[in-house]
Amino acid sequence: MKWPAMGYARVESLDELWRALDAAGPEAQILAGGQSLLATLAFRLSAPSTLIDITRIAALKGVSVAGDVLRIGALTRHADLARDALVARHAPMLAKAAPLIAHPAIRNRGTIGGSLALADPAAELPACAVALGATVVLAAPTGERRVAASDFFQGLFTAALEPGEIITAVEVPVATASSRQTIVEVTRRSGDYAMAGLAAALEMDGAGIVTSARLVFFGIGSGAEVARGASATLTGKALSAETIAAAQAALDGDLDPPTDLHGGPEMKRHLARVLTRRALTAFLVPSEQAA
Amino acid sequence: MTTRIDITLTVNGERVSRSVDTRSHLVDFLRGDLGLAGAHTGCEHGVCGACTVRLDGEPVRGCLVMAASLDGAVVETIEGLSDSGEIRDLQEAFVARNACQCGYCTPGMLVTAADILVQSPEATREEIREHISGNYCRCTGYQAIVDAVEDVLKARAAKREAA
Repeated sequence: MKWPAMGYARVESLDELWRALDAAGPEAQILAGGQSLLATLAFRLSAPSTLIDITRIAALKGVSVAGDVLRIGALTRHADLARDALVARHAPMLAKAAPLIAHPAIRNRGTIGGSLALADPAAELPACAVALGATVVLAAPTGERRVAASDFFQGLFTAALEPGEIITAVEVPVATASSRQTIVEVTRRSGDYAMAGLAAALEMDGAGIVTSARLVFFGIGSGAEVARGASATLTGKALSAETIAAAQAALDGDLDPPTDLHGGPEMKRHLARVLTRRALTAFLVPSEQAA
Repeated sequence: MTTRIDITLTVNGERVSRSVDTRSHLVDFLRGDLGLAGAHTGCEHGVCGACTVRLDGEPVRGCLVMAASLDGAVVETIEGLSDSGEIRDLQEAFVARNACQCGYCTPGMLVTAADILVQSPEATREEIREHISGNYCRCTGYQAIVDAVEDVLKARAAKREAA
């Protein structure tokens, strides 16, 4: 149906944003790409008093590298992630994730900050942020703070954002020669939310031993779900058919998927095992992949 | 609470100033305020793609853009794309391949197809399908649409080689 009546304000700086939020009161919401928020207006799932449009705040834009950190401005769109050379080089998982998000027209508007703030349990980018060990940079009139992505997501559509606080950027440790990153998912149709997905980030030493592993699932729980047991089984070992099987076996202890529109827990567990095999097999050296 | 916002933008090359309701999305604005009925409203929550138009050079869901946010924007609709001749070959191919039946999805489909021609001039059939996956067509089964886009990609590639 048509959207509810509401106010609209456009701001061009963080200072203007703080003033606008103050003036608009607690029922105001921040509008970035709007690709989820505006749809919820049509469903009348949200009814903000005022939408405050932040898309022209220059401080929230741009991708840059400083030292060993890739900084991605909150307004970076999914389409930007897909084609940005710095993202491709320093956080290849995000470049791979972007084309999995919805459709081209939506990727031209939706932003990484918006996706993280929404904390949709089936969304790709929150799982990527956790898998990559990213830090979410938050700002409020009182100043800036940094929260580890693993602490930022607190459950179903719930993030560690205080009222009046916004995401300004995401900081990702840059990938090195020892980094292995990928994202895989299963969908009924291209662009749909995943029935199950996996963001996998491994570090491997020169001898091919996994020195750290983060397997983070999405679409199978209330948020980005870290498979701690499966990740632990990989650490200290070389990747092989046996270690991949051990990681798959450990998933049962890690995951407790609720039934959703796509299916029940057993189907979700099955998909998680399939995705684990697909993701980790991609990290094997080619001779082992063929075996 | 201000529920009307003044905007000035460019629509199909013409400068337009209007006071718009904050409840209006881009397609409401085009159809209701400007009388440009080419872009269609379908689901109005971002799923079907019938409202796809070009905003600042890129395809967007018209139903997921606030009209009030458009100050300074450049919008192109199927009317503008038709008049400019930019997609004449695509439109002819849609006719030749019977890629529009009821026609409801066609304006949005053409805007997306035009994006393929620009973004991936060497797209395979699989890539064409992927690119139009957010535009629903309930008549054709998509085969004819993919045929039409593929024809144009090949014809344009041949033209580039000849040049």
